[in-house]
Amino acid sequence: MTAAVATTGLGRRYRRKWALRDCTLAIEPGSITGLVGPNGAGKTTLLHLLAGMGHQTEGEVTIGGMAPTDRRALAAIGFVAQHAPVYPNLSVADHLRLGARLNPRWDAALAEDRISRLGLDAHQAAGKLSGGERAQLALTICLAKRPELILLDEPVASLDPLARREFLAALMETIADTGATAILSSHLVADVERVCDHVVVIAGGRVHLTGGIDELLAAHRRIVLPDDGRVLPSTCEVIQDRVRGRQRECLVRDWPTFAAADVSASDLSLEDLLLAYMRDDRTSERALDVVA
Amino acid sequence: MISFSLDTRTGVAPYQQLVQQVRHAIRLGLLHEGDQLPTVKEVVASLAINPNTVLKAYRELEHADLVNARPGLGTFVTGRSVGPPIGEHAALRRELERWFNKARRAGLDDESVDALIATTRRASAQEDVA
Repeated sequence: MTAAVATTGLGRRYRRKWALRDCTLAIEPGSITGLVGPNGAGKTTLLHLLAGMGHQTEGEVTIGGMAPTDRRALAAIGFVAQHAPVYPNLSVADHLRLGARLNPRWDAALAEDRISRLGLDAHQAAGKLSGGERAQLALTICLAKRPELILLDEPVASLDPLARREFLAALMETIADTGATAILSSHLVADVERVCDHVVVIAGGRVHLTGGIDELLAAHRRIVLPDDGRVLPSTCEVIQDRVRGRQRECLVRDWPTFAAADVSASDLSLEDLLLAYMRDDRTSERALDVVA
Repeated sequence: MISFSLDTRTGVAPYQQLVQQVRHAIRLGLLHEGDQLPTVKEVVASLAINPNTVLKAYRELEHADLVNARPGLGTFVTGRSVGPPIGEHAALRRELERWFNKARRAGLDDESVDALIATTRRASAQEDVA
């Protein structure tokens, strides 16, 4: 079961401030997309709009061709908000009963199996669980909905490395079974590299980069050359251009392979690539133009 | 059965790491014709990685005729060799040793040697493509 996600010119304004603007994305069914960007970039706003929580100020968003607020779309979306909120006074078993009552496609066997595999005490109040257990409970409820689209906001941010690994393994196992589409925001590039095949970089409320991770890494190079004022080939796009002493270092997209003895081109790590696009302010200059 | 590992510091794409590990295991004789690779779900559960990454690695191995996917049964090693076994590399190794000695006599340190090997390999790979 899969769901494609599409947004066109999506924007959300809170009072006078745009939290998200001009967001156009096409998420392939069955892909796992990492949503990365600095704090306050608009990641949570985007996830909320996709999850049908609140309305956009402008633009379009569809989940499998439907508005996210459509009942059928909502039934197909599993969303875990930041810090994996649960009802502290309700027990683990209460949470499962609530899930069963509220969700038409609830998979009780899956939920119970996961809870027992995790070794959680069904009678324990959710407020007494550890951070890792709480995240696993929230994920269990999300997965028992049998979602076609899984949305996770910083799912592993507060977890220790072991709990993080267990959480991601559980998520990936379910996706291997169901083929669901997933979008998760994360600050941890190592996790993005491990679990995602696509990436969306957001900064200042704008999408700076989107694409398949392998394709993006193949398309970018770090170029080091003497700072002698030469012009780079017009076919490539310069993302970053810095001069350090006599040396010039550029990060470019679509570098043509040509041989010059004093020009060295090397591959980028995913972290360098993402950081470059987070800092990239060419799009925010355009944003200022719109305001002015 | 092969058990995979993943090193996120190498800069090598995760799917390529899986491909390399299978090729390596075949070359070393740790995987034989008919041996089964772990299922996608098993790899995903043990490494906490994206199922699409495993599928991509298995597709590439299948494309290289190193494994054979039998629907509903699993993925099996075909027994096709991945180049001459390590033992037959002796001549190349002797040549490389002579080259290393030459480089050292010319005053190159390890780092320069590594850089030279990397750039030359890249340049010759590009020639092959062209």
